[in-house]
Order: sequence, then C-alpha cells, then structure tokens
Amino acid sequence: MIPINLRLNGELRAISVEPHHTLLDVLRDDLDLTGTKECCLVGECGACTVRLNGRIVDSCLVLAVEADGGEVETVESLADPSDRSALSPLQQAFLSHGAVQCGFCIPGQLMAADDLLRHVAHPTRPEIEEGLAGNLCRCGCYYQIIDAVEATAAGAAGEQK
Amino acid sequence: MSIGDSAPRGGGRERVTGQQLYVADIHLPNELHVKLVTLPCARGRIGAIDASRALALPGTHMVFSAADLPQPVPRFGPQFTDRPVIAVGETKYHGDPVAAVAAETRDAAEQAARLVRVEYEELPAVTTIAAARVMNAPLVQDPSLRPNDALAGTNVLREHAVAWGDMDAATAEAEAVVENTYHFPMVTHFAIEPHVFMAAPDGDGVRVWTTIQHPFWLQRVLAGVLRMPLAKVRIIAPDPGGAFGGKQHAKYEPLVAFMALKAQRPVRLDLTLEETFQAVRRTEAEVRVRTGLRRDGRLVFQDVDANYLIGAYADIADRVVGKGSYIGCGPYNYEAGRVVARSVLSHTVPSTAMRGFGNPQVNWAVESNLTEAALAVDMDPVELRLKNLARKGDPFIPFDTPCDGDWEQAAKRAAELIGWDKPKPEGRGRGFALGIKSGPTTGLSYAMVRIQADGSALVYCGTQDLGQGARTVLAQICANELGLALERVTMVMGDTGVVPYDQQTSASRSTVLMGNAVVAACKQVREQLGGADLETALGRLGGEVIGVGQARKEADPDHPLGGSAAFFEFNATAVELSVDEDTGDITIHRHVTVSDVGKAINRLQVKMQDEGAAIMGLGHTLMEHYIWDDAGRIRNLGAIDYRIPTSMDLPAEMVSDMIENGDGPGPYGAKGVSEVALLAVAAAVGAAVRDATGVVIRDLPLSPERVWTALQEREATLAK
Repeated sequence: MIPINLRLNGELRAISVEPHHTLLDVLRDDLDLTGTKECCLVGECGACTVRLNGRIVDSCLVLAVEADGGEVETVESLADPSDRSALSPLQQAFLSHGAVQCGFCIPGQLMAADDLLRHVAHPTRPEIEEGLAGNLCRCGCYYQIIDAVEATAAGAAGEQK
Repeated sequence: MSIGDSAPRGGGRERVTGQQLYVADIHLPNELHVKLVTLPCARGRIGAIDASRALALPGTHMVFSAADLPQPVPRFGPQFTDRPVIAVGETKYHGDPVAAVAAETRDAAEQAARLVRVEYEELPAVTTIAAARVMNAPLVQDPSLRPNDALAGTNVLREHAVAWGDMDAATAEAEAVVENTYHFPMVTHFAIEPHVFMAAPDGDGVRVWTTIQHPFWLQRVLAGVLRMPLAKVRIIAPDPGGAFGGKQHAKYEPLVAFMALKAQRPVRLDLTLEETFQAVRRTEAEVRVRTGLRRDGRLVFQDVDANYLIGAYADIADRVVGKGSYIGCGPYNYEAGRVVARSVLSHTVPSTAMRGFGNPQVNWAVESNLTEAALAVDMDPVELRLKNLARKGDPFIPFDTPCDGDWEQAAKRAAELIGWDKPKPEGRGRGFALGIKSGPTTGLSYAMVRIQADGSALVYCGTQDLGQGARTVLAQICANELGLALERVTMVMGDTGVVPYDQQTSASRSTVLMGNAVVAACKQVREQLGGADLETALGRLGGEVIGVGQARKEADPDHPLGGSAAFFEFNATAVELSVDEDTGDITIHRHVTVSDVGKAINRLQVKMQDEGAAIMGLGHTLMEHYIWDDAGRIRNLGAIDYRIPTSMDLPAEMVSDMIENGDGPGPYGAKGVSEVALLAVAAAVGAAVRDATGVVIRDLPLSPERVWTALQEREATLAK
C-alpha cells in the first residue's frame, strides 16, 4: 500500500492505496464516493469523468498514485458548496431540459459539461457536441444534454448583465 | 402540475448529484467478490478443473463449479428451463462460465480466476444462421432437453407461423411481385450500467440485489431453482442504469444465490462491460420478403420468411421471434398475409429482449421492400403507404385488435415535417418508413396507495424505472387522481418484499397497466373516504387510508400470441441525408419521428423516449454489429471496438412530434411509448441512401465501408 494525499472536493484526505488501483477504484471503493460511475474501464465511455488538477480525466485511466498531492473534484462537488441542497445551474438545467433518463452517465456528463463551460463561456452547439463526445449516453439524451449546457451558458450570461 | 405537463423527473435530483444508488454502489458487510472463469472458444468439452493454485492464493474463498450444485444441475429460463446455473459438460458460447471464483477482494477474485486451470477440448460450433441450419450441423441443445419435440434433432428451436387470406389467390391477383432478402446484425444493449448481481443468506431464505427489469419473474425463477417458497426469496431491485430489455430475465442471479448459500456470506458479481456483451444481445435475423401489389399501388399480399439467430440458451428470445415477427407485415391492409419465423439456436451469446422486441429486424426488411415495391410500380413510397395503411377499426390482422389509432395522421405529419412534397437540396436523399409494435398481450399489475394522516401519499408498485421515467408518470397519475401536489407523492419501488406483484416492466406497458392500477387504487381510496375529509374519515386514532388497485390484460389461449395486443405502438420516421461518395459516410440532416401516443402524461418524457429510441436505432443502422472469429469468439468486445452513437453522430436536426387523440387503454387515453421510434429508423435511412445515391443495400449496418463498397460496385456496373 502506498500513502497518498488528495484534496478531494475541497477536503484534505490522506489514504493508502494499492499501487495498481485507479483513481476510480479508490474513489468508489476506498473513499465511498460512488457518484463517479464505472462502465467501460478503457477510457471510452466517460462515466468515470472527474476533474484532476483542473483538467477532466477518465478516472479509470489514472492510477491513484498519480493523483498524489493533487486536487480531485467529483460530481459530489457540483452542488452549491455552501448549501449542498442547492443544485448548480448546470444540474438544474439537466433536469429541466430532460437530460436525465436512467442517469448512469450523468455524473460524467455533468463533469465534462462543467469543464467545457469553464473553458468556453459560450460554446456553440458543435463545440458542445465535441466537448461531450467522450461521454456516452445509451438512453440517447444527447440533444437534451446539449440544450442544458447551452441554456446554462445563456443563463450565466444573463446574470452578468 | 396537470396531466401532460412536463413534471420534473422523479429521482432526478439524486441522479444529478451522484446520490442515486445503483446496485454497483451498494456494498454488504463481509461480502465476497466473484469472477467468472470462461474458455477462449465458443464450445468446449469441459474436463478436469484444477483449482489448487487459485485456492492457494490468499483471499480466495472458493472455486465454484457445476459439481457444487444439486445434481442434476438446476436449469432455468423464462420460456424453457434450458439454461444451467453454470456450464455443465460443455460450454455453449464464448463467455459461458465453467467456474466462478469467490474471494475477499475484487483483485483476489480476478487473480484467482486466472489461476483456475480448466482442461477442455474445443468442439465444432455454429455461429451463423447458415451453419446452424445445414444437415448434420452440431446440435446446440441436447435433444434430451426437448422430449416429444419433432425439431429436437435440429437447431431450430421453434417455427412460428401466422397467415390469413388466400395467398394463392392473392399471388394470382398481384401485378408486380418484389422479393428480396435482408439481414439485420447482432448488436448489444450496451447499457452504461453493467449488470451487477448480489445475493446474501436471509434467515432461512435468500435476498438478492440485482439490475433487473422483472423482479417478480426473477423471484419465481429463483424460488424454482432453490426449491424455496416465494416468500423466502426477496429481490431488491434499485432503478437500473439503463436496461433496454437486457435486464428483463435472470442471468447470474441463480449462480450468486447458490454461492451465497454455500459460503453463508454475501457475494457479488459485477460484470465488466465486455462481460455484458457476453451476457445479452439482440437477435440477428435474415428475412426474405415477397410483396405483391397491383399497378395502382394497392398491396395484395405480404409474405415473410425469417430466420432469427438466437443464442445457446433460449432466454426470452423465442418469444422475441414469435411476437416480433407476428406483426411483420406491418400496419397495412392486405388480402393475404403470411409470416413464418424460426428461432435458430447457435453457439453464441444468448439473445434476449431488446427495445423493439424482434420488430426492428422484420421492419427493416418489410419496410425496405415496400419502398422497392413502390418504386417498381412508379409510385411515391409515402403515397403507397398511405393508400394501404389501416384506418381506425380496420382488422388489419383479422384475429387481433383492430387498428386503434389515427395512423394516417402520424404518417402525414412525418411527411409534412420532412418536407416530402418540397424539392430536395442538391445531393440529398429522403426516406420514409412506418413502424408498428404490439403492446403487451397479457399483463397483471397491482398498485397500493397509502394516504398518510396529513394527506400525503405513498405509491407502492412493482414497475421498475429503467430510465423511462415510470417514477414520474405514476406519481403524476396519483397526484392527479387524488388532487395532490406532486411533491406530496412518494414512489416506493424495487423490492418484492415491500411492493405488491407486478408481472414485468416490458412491452412499454407500465403507463397503461400500472397506470390503470394506480388509478384503481386511488379510486378505492376515494371510496373509503366516501366524500368525507381525511381527518373525519380517519377519526381520533388517525392512521391512514390504504387503497389497492389492479389492472389485468387477460390471456387468450386461442390467439397465436396467447393474447391480443393491449394497444399498438405506431410511429412514422422520415430522414433527409447526404452520402459522402469518397468515404461512404452518411450525414443525416434531418430526422423526423412522429409517434401515436394516445395521450402524453408527461410530454417531455415522451420526447426523451422517442428521441432516445431514434438515436439507439441509428446505432444498428449506421455502426453497430458483433464481429466473430472462426472459433466463435467475439472480436470486438468492449467500448473501443464496438461503437455506439455519441454526441458527434447525431442528425443535424431531430424533429419529434406526437399524435394525441386520447384513444389508448391507459389513464386519460394513454398508450405505451418508448420502443416504437426505433423501429423504422433503418428502413428510412436505407431508403434515403437509395434516394441519394441509387444504391440499394440490404445489410446493416450502413457503415461507411459498406456504403463505399456499394458505391464502387455501382460505378463498376455503370462502366460496363
């Protein structure tokens, strides 16, 4: 076992991990943060998307030891940090636009969409399609997800005015 | 919120915060992890299993095989009791487990599974329709499992036939006959949530947690193999993360139950995505269609002969074949119709229900052939369909439910939305097709509504929310019936020890059947209140009011399917696309999908279901298929080599609409939706490719490679 330190959703965590365990394994099995989902394990489906040191990654492709000293954010961090009962505008938009059917891919979709909006305040639809291309949704909610991202960007612009 | 409004998704908040607990997120104290041991071939005679090295590994608890089960090894299945709990004697398909290792950790289980040595002899296997049907083909199923079955010496499990009218007279009357053979590929469900199975001893019974659509059917299967009373088998069934038919029936629940009882500890088996490819798939099919018509476009007969390639164990696949093919002639009036369909066993992954339930295969063939038939008599393909389409009340299949909707309205709406009568942009092609599917032929749903002392309500029902949003719709129905705010209704689902019986969550039935059961339960609540207010009715002790309702769709033993359709799902799909002649790549510019829904109880959810089904249909139309090697192994296991649609594969524009005439049997006139928008996608796209390029392709998927090859062949033909 190898000791590592993480700043996980804003909190410092010191844990010991198996050298071959991925960040996904450790989040789900050792830290009991099960919002991050496991599906393909080869970095194709995006269900395990988290933010590591300011960049989104497929946590199934990152060894936990590689995250040592890093800052990790998961879907559990998206709601308003001061009031966990308050959904973020993006989460709210996913619900109001009908982006959520079974919901299994949604944590990954939200993390990818959140990252896109951090980098591009007002993405075009092709930019959203490309930004979310690594996140599979078998229920086929893609249009609704894209609408939700677009509406979130538009809403944020509204607030700035 | 009223009926029709887009009420917020029940369980939505949990799903956007990561709090929703799927089976994979639930852990039991002291649980053991299971890993399956399989052979690198389709069919192998199982010899000695040497578990010594695996058992020597720290953390290994047991290596379980057929020898650990009661003898003869219990078998199960929703249609035939043909599937052993674990492989006996020989494996039947690539992925069929010969042993299962239980260990203290997932790592240890995986490592130990690799250390189990299985002696085996590879045996000849059949993985295609042609190979399975030749004389003296290796038999997939032991004939002793099929006593008194004339087909037992063949790989045909069953042959289904329906016919009406005088085919000979109709054939004589036809002025044009168009005959072609079409192929539909083997595809998989690819739910983003892989299957998870957990079991634990529970007093003198067993408790099972699983990703399942039909908890009560599973309870029956487990009680059977375990020889326990139903009351000793409890199924905990959290909302699955997508199912699409792949989670209808028992897979490895019997295995983990036996292992848990042997270990006297909880055990869990989390399949990898690759293992789900080896657990569930859609039925492949080859369909020959002969369409007869008059020069004026009047259809006189439809004659369908289909071979569906099912897997090594029947699962529900033979029902898929029988029910899906049955309505294969489509929503049209003919003088004669005939469908013969065989379920052909093979040494491949057991095929099961998948969204559309056997209809997409035959729809691809028949609707494509109708386009060809129209062109053969110089008639517009939409006009031909409208000319022959059943009108409300028409007994289009003489011994079944007559046409129950204004289908013409849906068809015309789709044609209008694609601009069928308007000129096409340069280089574009358009295609149009209709889809129809029988709803449930039998059904039984109970619901219980408990009105709390403050007037809020709990709804108990055995319907599973797979993503279709049953949680939302059933709560809306209860709220509407009792005049409650939606926020005051709580759904209780997913536990056979708590909710009353429901037959199954399939065939797009739940809004209709469970919806009617909820309406009935609410009615009983109102009757108990007898017009009094709740406080007065409850009296000084308080308590609650409990209403129970049920909805039934009775069987009809004389009907070819064992029951008539409770309703029909009907859809019209139209696409406009262009084809890159250099690469064969198809770009869909506009995809129109219009469904007859009777009454939308939640318009947003109907739209989500229809558009989602359409996108899933684009998967098998454009990109999805299993690839097999000579040993019967799947070559494209997993997400890298098997592609499903992403956000980059969408039609530039998706236009969905719904027809609401309140003419369904469900609450407020609702019909089931959720499958039908998938059915006609392939035929519409195929027709549009033909329209754009002149090339006719009768195999799916319409991959760039296949389209490009067809374009090259067209060029070669033109050059001659």
